Amino acid sequence: MINWANFISQCFNGLVLGALLALISSGLTIIYGTLGVLNLAHGAMFMLGGYAGWLAYSYTGSYLAAVVAGSLFVMVVGVVMERLIIRHFYTRPQEDQLLVTFGLVIVFVEAVRFFFGSMSQTLPPPAPLVGITNLGFMIYPTYRLALLGIVAVALLVLYFVLYRTRIGMIVRAGIEDSGMVDSLGIDVYRIFMLVFGIGAMAAGFAGVVNAPVVSIAPDVGEAILVQTFVVVVIGGVGSFPGAIIGGLIAGEIISITSMFNPGYSYIMLFVAMTLVLVIRPHGLLGQAGRE
Amino acid sequence: MPLDDKDTANISRRTVLHAGAAVLGGAFLPGFSVAAFADDKPAIGTWPAGSAGDTVYIGAAVPLTGAYALQGADELKGWQLAVEHINNGHDLMKAMAPKVDKGLLGKKVELLSADSAAKPNQAVEVEQNYINQNKIILMTGSTSSAVAVALNKFAQREKVLYVAGISGSNDTTGKDCVRYGFRQNLFGQTSAAAIGPVLLKQFGKNKKAAFMTPDYTYGHTVTKSVNDYLTSEGGWEMVTNQISPLGTQDFSQYLTNIANSGAEFLINVNWGRDAVLSSQQAKQFGLLPNMKLVIPYQIPFLAKEVGPEITEGVFAATDFWWTQEDQYPLAKQFVEAFQAKFGYRPEWGAENSYVSFAHWARMVSEAGSFYPPDIIKQYEKGETIPSLLGDVHYRPEDHQCIRPVVIVRGKAKKDMKNDEDFWEVLEVVPGEGLMQKPDAFGCQLGDYL
Repeated sequence: MINWANFISQCFNGLVLGALLALISSGLTIIYGTLGVLNLAHGAMFMLGGYAGWLAYSYTGSYLAAVVAGSLFVMVVGVVMERLIIRHFYTRPQEDQLLVTFGLVIVFVEAVRFFFGSMSQTLPPPAPLVGITNLGFMIYPTYRLALLGIVAVALLVLYFVLYRTRIGMIVRAGIEDSGMVDSLGIDVYRIFMLVFGIGAMAAGFAGVVNAPVVSIAPDVGEAILVQTFVVVVIGGVGSFPGAIIGGLIAGEIISITSMFNPGYSYIMLFVAMTLVLVIRPHGLLGQAGRE
Repeated sequence: MPLDDKDTANISRRTVLHAGAAVLGGAFLPGFSVAAFADDKPAIGTWPAGSAGDTVYIGAAVPLTGAYALQGADELKGWQLAVEHINNGHDLMKAMAPKVDKGLLGKKVELLSADSAAKPNQAVEVEQNYINQNKIILMTGSTSSAVAVALNKFAQREKVLYVAGISGSNDTTGKDCVRYGFRQNLFGQTSAAAIGPVLLKQFGKNKKAAFMTPDYTYGHTVTKSVNDYLTSEGGWEMVTNQISPLGTQDFSQYLTNIANSGAEFLINVNWGRDAVLSSQQAKQFGLLPNMKLVIPYQIPFLAKEVGPEITEGVFAATDFWWTQEDQYPLAKQFVEAFQAKFGYRPEWGAENSYVSFAHWARMVSEAGSFYPPDIIKQYEKGETIPSLLGDVHYRPEDHQCIRPVVIVRGKAKKDMKNDEDFWEVLEVVPGEGLMQKPDAFGCQLGDYL
């Protein structure tokens, strides 16, 4: 299927996929950048957002209520998780952090499976966004188009919080050197809790807005997690702009490769990651010394 | 086929000493049957240790997580019901295995199960543990042919019998067949040979079809079989084949290629959750209902998950659909027993589980022995035996059950008589004419010992 119409279609597809990956990855990268904790439960947060949204929708019938409920619920889960568990692991080896967050994945996924089963559940898009739109060069699901806008707005809000507020400044300073922030008299642990909450909320929000595209199931976060890690590695650990660029690059690689041979889409993604690691070991926008 | 004399001649003096010690030691154990050794059978696999006690164990490695979790959980219920029926001598079980009498050869049967996540290495690990700890006498599980093929090879190596769960690849009883493995259900070749004529009759010749194929043995062989039939018999053209990894969530890039391919038919070979997501997203992209959807290898619960608005008018090939209870008394008994226990009507995963266990129980009880080669030879007699859909038999050359393939078409919501009445049975195609020649897919069964 190598022709211009398909090429443009796939570029567009890559943009939509990339935007979503950027949003999820930004949550992961700011958590890792600030707290130094590699949160393997980030994909499970994405899944929880979808389920909380779906539940809210089944009671209210409102997409907006679903988005709000999904985001807030996961933020609360994130904050509770940080207070009860994660904070005890800040000073422990990274293997311990990986193990505890991996354990949490199993708990979250199996709890959801216990209550809701393995059957896929669908959250319908809001009525005006149902159907397809003719873009001239291709027809495209209207909701996916809207999703591009929704995710862009969410990323802008996240950008505003991180780059235009005092809290954001502290968070960014924490990413660069949390010890220094602490010595300036700022309660760095409260900031950590906040960052974990915001990062989790980004994943939860992504989970719920993605639910009308990919119907939810307990394992929905697993595949996303792998792609998200690749995005963070490509973009640079701890870099918010890196997550966005990494997300878009990953989305385009997956989509454009599929035009030639879909079987190689994910192989090419990992090839790209390897190339980035060889040429810029800290990622495209990452910095040496930032952990 | 006679036992290989060369192998038996190779038994060392040390092995004989071991066997002798085992016989002498075992003779003092309670419940030990000396008769088991009467005809001088060497110990093999988990035999005789696995059947020395009051209970014999079966190990199931079944996907309870991942893309096939829903179908795996359903299969497991089929096995559970079968084991319960073996142990209580249920009429349905006795109809298929008359010598079963509250257990098997006087022993209680117990099912052990663990998650395989549809991954071959995990499935093998599960079964290895069961062999070590419980001396299981039968393995089952799959729902992914990659697992079925791996367990086939493992069964042959360990000399422990394996009956496949859902497995659609031609390879399972083709190039990867083994002496110790058996399959009850339909597969790529029989599905293609059954649904192909229906599609040609319904839609005519020279059509353009896009395929969606999961990237492993099941996907590749089913796609090949269906495409071979449609191109050779109907002049259809495969305009694109979109191959995706198992567990794909976003199919947009594949669907975009299909949208630009000029296809009139979307032949979706994806399975489990992959089939759900790809079909739902094909609708989001406007491909459905403009293109006609065909499911050559039906997925249990697909219609329940995507809804009749997607499955309406869709042709599919399957092993069993519950409304066949109206024509087949044993099917009626099965549907009723299953529904009473689990609260919903069974789909074909559970049916395959139940029937494959019933057939195994029949072979064991007819052979009067748990000795694996005796059971294998019982299967290889190729006797006509009952199933839920009439008489069937196992082909000795490749251990494939020759059984009918059921062609169904999705009902519109308004035509559904209850909330599980998703499919209408169009045809029950007899199995014999659907099978390839025994050596067509390169089956070499291997040794008994």
